[in-house]
Amino acid sequence: MSLGRQRWLGPAMFLPAILYVVALVGVPFVLAFLYSVGDVKVGSVGYHFVGLANFNSVLHSPTFLRSLRNSFVFTIASQVLVLLGANILAMALKNVFPGRRFIRFLILLPWVAPVSIGSIGWKWILDSLYSVINWVLIRFHLANAFSPPMYLGEPKLAMISVILVHTWHMLPFATVIILAGWTAIPKDIPEAAEVDGAKFFRKLFQIELPMMLPIINVAVLFGVIFTFTDMTVVYILTRGGPYDTTQVLPSLAFFTGILGSDLAEGAAISLFLVPLLVVVAWLMLRSAHRAEVT
Amino acid sequence: MAIVQTRALTKVFKKGELGAVNNVDLESREGEFLVLLGPSGSGKTTLLRMIAGLEEPTSGEILIGGRVVNDMTPRERRIAMVFQSYALYPHLTVLGNIVFPLKAQGMEKGERQKKAEWAAGLLGIGRLLHRKPRELSGGERQRVALARAIVREPSLFLLDEPLSNLDAKLRASARTELEQFQKRVATTTIYVTHDQVEAMAMGDRVVVMNKGSVRQIGTPAEVYDDPADTFVATFLGSPPMNLIDVGDVTVGFRPEHLLPLAEAREKGTAVPVRFQIQNVEYLGAERILYGEVQGGRFDAKKVVSRMAAHGGALIEKGTVNDFAVAERDLKFFDQAAGTRTTRRIPA
Repeated sequence: MSLGRQRWLGPAMFLPAILYVVALVGVPFVLAFLYSVGDVKVGSVGYHFVGLANFNSVLHSPTFLRSLRNSFVFTIASQVLVLLGANILAMALKNVFPGRRFIRFLILLPWVAPVSIGSIGWKWILDSLYSVINWVLIRFHLANAFSPPMYLGEPKLAMISVILVHTWHMLPFATVIILAGWTAIPKDIPEAAEVDGAKFFRKLFQIELPMMLPIINVAVLFGVIFTFTDMTVVYILTRGGPYDTTQVLPSLAFFTGILGSDLAEGAAISLFLVPLLVVVAWLMLRSAHRAEVT
Repeated sequence: MAIVQTRALTKVFKKGELGAVNNVDLESREGEFLVLLGPSGSGKTTLLRMIAGLEEPTSGEILIGGRVVNDMTPRERRIAMVFQSYALYPHLTVLGNIVFPLKAQGMEKGERQKKAEWAAGLLGIGRLLHRKPRELSGGERQRVALARAIVREPSLFLLDEPLSNLDAKLRASARTELEQFQKRVATTTIYVTHDQVEAMAMGDRVVVMNKGSVRQIGTPAEVYDDPADTFVATFLGSPPMNLIDVGDVTVGFRPEHLLPLAEAREKGTAVPVRFQIQNVEYLGAERILYGEVQGGRFDAKKVVSRMAAHGGALIEKGTVNDFAVAERDLKFFDQAAGTRTTRRIPA
């Protein structure tokens, strides 16, 4: 291959990726920024610069503040649960036992099934009239047959339901990542810890988990991004209700900007996601780099 | 200090298959350096791991200091082990690695520090205490692994090929150091290796293993000079013992015992052979002669001789020379079983 050909081949191969990022990430981002300082509505023509008016109105809206808080609660709570669950599952699944492949397959299912379909299933499981959970509870006389818990209708229960369903969906992904982390630890090292006299928890917390930290970081950061920007579970289960008590930033942006036709305010809301995502992305790159070095 | 015994110890990994370790009876002596020697797959590491408590025996018993330890965890056995890979904790400093067993014991911090410094001093790694394992050379890692092993003064040391990751030059010096170190701490040590030079140089006694069974236990001189069977005879020594089948008896002699006639006669009665030399390897201090016997009882058998590089004139490729083996250097094995026999062949 001649030198001249090499000179353009590299950039040419790279171009589709650049075009893709510019067209599908760069342009919408710039548009969102322009919308957020304009007066754009669905169907309106023309554009007037309004400065920070949209942000001002958003910041004074109680719904926005509640959604912002919910977003953090939703993300932190589900990630804590995912992390705990994924570690326990990974620990169980790393050992060889009969039927392990089948169990691994079952655990992966919530991740490979479309989240919308899974969420619709949960919507029925948690339904106010047909809930199978309530049916069981009533049979065992654990719930009042005339006023059973309304999982999606009471603010606290609704938030818990949304968090748990999202955890159910995210768990397999984190489990697979952490499982990979476990298998990457040379077998000798936990054995050496055992011979050195460490019992289960000392071995786990002082040797195994610290060695997996870079990988756990990756799982958490991915989880945070997927959770903080996700609205599927909220949208399908509660539509943000009751009374916006489960509303999160992405769903609020969607309801305001798309369904409510106020593109400008929707854009302003979604821009509040940016600072957090930038921080997470930076942490992610840093920990990926660290994992490479060690 | 403790002695280790195994009684009919067996490990079968897959039902129906031959065991990795079969019916092994061993008994170490107080403060002894006992070497388990065998080719890969001979079961020596599995045996060591069972003694450590990392592998559960299929049957048989393990005793440490007279107590059956089969059901004890590695922690309860109070042993120390150095792994082939060293298995240092990569996220901890050298100091963190060395104090880890003490922390697990619940020793308080001041005492821990003192002990760690003592162990590090013993191995000359005092200046490395705040480095991470990845910043150390192979030899330094090996010392850290040893320091971590001795720091709590275990009753038993288990070493799994600790020198095999070092380069040849370093390995020789590390071998001497390790041996002196063991004599100084005088802790019963079981050392696994596939390297016969290591085994001969370091072991008080050598356990030669093959296919999961012990073939011979003895001092280095015993297993070399008086091999119990043809496996031991050929596994030890480089080049290995010459084995020649004559009827139902296998005759064996070491290459260094196949000598020019005059030299062999100096040792008493000798069996003369006409040795046609087909190839000569000059190794500096010595020569290895490869060739064939011409005529007589051993006609056309391939044999190897090893002799000093200087001495014995006219020994060149293609020549035929009068060689001999002193009668007392001949070993006789049963051809079918491979074990030693008192039967002789008439000279």
